[in-house]
Amino acid sequence: MNENGNDLISIQDLRVHFKIGGGLFKETKYVKAVDGVSLDIKKGETLGLVGESGCGKSTLGKAILRLTEPTGGQVFYNGKDLAHLGAREMREQRKNLQMIFQDPYASLNPRMTVGQIIGEPIRTFGLKNGKSIEERVQDLMETVGMSRRFVKRYPHEFSGGQRQRIGIARALAVDPEFIVADEPISALDVSIQAQIMNLMERLQAEKNLTYLFISHDLRAVRHLSDRVAVMYLGKIVELAGGKEVYREPLMPYTIALISAVPVPDPEIEAKRERIILKGDVPSPINPPSGCPFHTRCPYAIEDCKRIVPKLVEIKPKHYAACIRINPEKPHIEENSKEGLGAIGAGV
Amino acid sequence: MSETNGKILSVKDLKTYFQTEDGVVKAVDGITFELEKGETLGIVGESGSGKSVTNLSVMRLIPEPPGKIVSGDIVFNGIDVRKLSINEVRGIRGKRMAMIFQDPMTSLNPFLKISTQLMEVTRLHLGHSKKEAYDHAIKMLKTVGIPDAESRVDSYPHEFSGGMRQRVMIAMALSCDPELLIADEPTTALDVTIQAQILELIKDLRTRMGTSVILITHDLGVVAGMTDKIIVMYAGKVFEQAPTAELFATPANPYTKGLLKSVPDPAHEEGTELYQIPGLPPDVAHLPPGCPFAERCYRAEDICRRDFPPFVQINANHHSLCHFAQEVYAESVAESENGKTANIQMKINE
Ligand SMILES: Nc1ncnc2c1ncn2[C@@H]1O[C@H](COP(=O)(O)OP(=O)(O)OP(=O)(O)O)[C@@H](O)[C@H]1O
Ligand SMILES: Nc1ncnc2c1ncn2[C@@H]1O[C@H](COP(=O)(O)OP(=O)(O)OP(=O)(O)O)[C@@H](O)[C@H]1O
Ligand code: SF4
Ligand SMILES: [Mg+2]
Ligand SMILES: [Mg+2]
Repeated sequence: MNENGNDLISIQDLRVHFKIGGGLFKETKYVKAVDGVSLDIKKGETLGLVGESGCGKSTLGKAILRLTEPTGGQVFYNGKDLAHLGAREMREQRKNLQMIFQDPYASLNPRMTVGQIIGEPIRTFGLKNGKSIEERVQDLMETVGMSRRFVKRYPHEFSGGQRQRIGIARALAVDPEFIVADEPISALDVSIQAQIMNLMERLQAEKNLTYLFISHDLRAVRHLSDRVAVMYLGKIVELAGGKEVYREPLMPYTIALISAVPVPDPEIEAKRERIILKGDVPSPINPPSGCPFHTRCPYAIEDCKRIVPKLVEIKPKHYAACIRINPEKPHIEENSKEGLGAIGAGV
Repeated sequence: MSETNGKILSVKDLKTYFQTEDGVVKAVDGITFELEKGETLGIVGESGSGKSVTNLSVMRLIPEPPGKIVSGDIVFNGIDVRKLSINEVRGIRGKRMAMIFQDPMTSLNPFLKISTQLMEVTRLHLGHSKKEAYDHAIKMLKTVGIPDAESRVDSYPHEFSGGMRQRVMIAMALSCDPELLIADEPTTALDVTIQAQILELIKDLRTRMGTSVILITHDLGVVAGMTDKIIVMYAGKVFEQAPTAELFATPANPYTKGLLKSVPDPAHEEGTELYQIPGLPPDVAHLPPGCPFAERCYRAEDICRRDFPPFVQINANHHSLCHFAQEVYAESVAESENGKTANIQMKINE
C-alpha cells in the first residue's frame, strides 16, 4: 500500500519489543508491544488509532517519532528513513514531528511555569524571541481554552484537563507538520473536547496538518478521522475509512469494540446489549498462536489457532485480518458447527 | 447533624481555596451534597470546576499550603472528617473510603514496583503477611484485567501503558472493599471493553458490599448508565443537581444544556463544526460579580451580570443555580415533549 506519492509517513514492519524480567532468578521475557506494523499516513489526513488498553498504541506513536527506539522495521518521513538520521538531523526534524503525550502530568516539567513549558520549543528552535515568544505563548493558551493569566502557574496548580491542554499548546507551539495526539481530549469536558477537536480540524484545513489520533473515545475518532486503524496485541487488524469502520466493521474484535460504547441516554443505557468480551486479555509477552484474537473470538474455528491472518483488502480500501472473511465473503456467517465459540463466550 | 438514616457522606457548604501568586483560587466555593448508602452520585462539569478538589477535600488530601479547606462540614458515617488527626485519617483512607485518582502518575511512586505499592495497602489495612499481600496484589491485577499478572506485578509504573496504570490505581482502591469509593475519571484511559469491565466491577462492589460511589467523569454515557443522581459543577459551584434521568431529559440550567449539546452526534456530518459553548472557561481567581457563566450563556440578561443567581428548587430533588431556572426548565420540558430533547441519542452505529 505504499506506492502512493502523498504519504507523509510510511511505516514498514515496525517492531518494538521491551525486555522485562531478567536478573538472577527470572528468565528474560519480551513484551511485544508493537509487532510488525505496516501503515502509511497520508499528508493532511487524520488517521485514528484505536484498540484495547495495552495493545501498543502509545508505543507505536512514540516509535514513529523515535521517542522510543524501534527494535525492528522502518519509518519513512517524507521519504527519509528516520532511523538513519544523525542526532543533529533528527533534532531538525523534531520541529515538524510533535507529540501530545497521554499522561500530561508526567510529561510536564514540574519546576517550569506553564509559560516556560509552552515557550521552550519555540526558544529551542529559535522561532521567535523575547516579547514575541510571550505573545505567542499567551495566544496558544487562549487557543486551547485557558486564561492567559495562568502563564506563571506551575503544572501541579492545574486540574487534569488544564494540564492536558498545556500539552496540546506545547505541541502546537512550533507549527509542526505531523502530530501524534495520544489521547489528547480524554481529560476534558465535552464542551472543551469539542473546542479542541474544532481547533484540530481548523489547523488541518489551514496548514494541512497530519495527525495520528489515538483515542479510546470512538465518537471522537469517528468525528475526526479520515481513516481508522484498529490495533490488537501489537498488530493492525483492521483499517478502513473513518465512517466505514463504524458503519460496517468486519473484524469480530472491531464489532465488539463498537458495541460497547456507552450512550448518553439513561433509557437506552438500561436496555442495550453489549458484546462484553469474556476471557482474559491475552498477554503481549506470550501472544496466542495464529490469530491473536482467537482466544476471545466468538467466531473462532480450529484454523484460527494455527494460521496468522494477514491484513487483506476485503472491500475497496477496507482491510481486515481474519481468516474467516475474504473479498467474496466479507462477513462471517453465524457461527458454524465447527466454531470454538465457547472459548470466547464461556469463561 | 444526625447521620443515622442511611447517609454515608454529607458535605455542606464546602469551601476549598488555594493561595497562588495571582490571588486566591476559589476552587470549591460552597458545595453541598449528600450520599446514601449504596447510592451512586455522578459529578460532571467544566474542566477546572473543582470536581477533583471537592473529593480530595473529602479525603483530606488537599496540600496545605497552598490549599486550605476554609469552611464547611464533611461528615462520613457520622465522623467529622475535618476534625480527624492525620493518623486517624490514615486509618480510614484506603480502607473505609478509597479514591481512584485522576492522574495515576501523581499517585503512583515511579521508583517503586507495582507489587510493593499494592502490598503496602493490604499490609497496613488488612494486616496481610508479605506472602498474602503479594498474592492479593496479583489477584487484584487480574481482577482489573491485567494479562499475565504474575509476570507483570513486579514491573515499575513506567513499564505499564496509560490504561494499565489507571487499572493499578483501581486495584489499589478496591483492595480493601471500601464503604465509600471515589472514582475520579476512572476509565478515561481505558478502551470501551475494559471500561465496561471496570464499571461492572464497581457495580458488583456496590451490590456485594453496599458501597457508595462518587463517580467523576466527562463521559456522559458513563454517568447515564451508572449513577442515581448527578451534580453539575461550574466555577467551584454546583450549577445543577437532579436525579440522573431527569437531568438528561429536562435540564434546568443553561450550562447543563450546553454540555449535553456538545457531545458529538453521529448524525453530524463531516465539515460541520461541533457545538461548543462559546467563550473561555472562567478564571476562578478573578470571578466577576453575578453569574460566573453569564459571559457564555445564551439566556443571560442584565441581572445575570449583576447579581449572583439563586439556587432554585424545581422539585424535591432537582435544583438549578440560575436566575431563569424555571424558564429554562419549562423550555426543556417543552423540547422533550416535542421529542427534540437536547440529549441526543447517540447510537454510534446509527
Ligand atoms: N495546588 C493548586 N494550586 C492552585 N490552584 C489549584 C491547585 N489545584 C487545583 N487548582 C485549581 O483549582 C481549580 C479546580 O481544580 P480541580 O482539579 O478540582 O478541577 P476539576 O473539576 O477536577 O477539573 P478536570 O476536569 O480538568 O480534572 C482549577 O482552576 C485549578 O487550576
Ligand atoms: N518501557 C517499557 N518497558 C516495558 N514494557 C513496556 C514499556 N512501555 C510499554 N510497555 C508495555 O507495552 C505494552 C503496550 O503499551 P502501550 O503504552 O503502547 O499501550 P497503549 O495501547 O498505549 O495502551 P493504553 O490505551 O492503556 O494507553 C504494554 O503491555 C506495556 O506494559
Ligand atoms: S481469525 Fe478467527 S479468531 Fe481471529 S477474528 Fe477471525 S474468526 Fe475470530
Ligand atoms: Mg497509551
Ligand atoms: Mg479533576
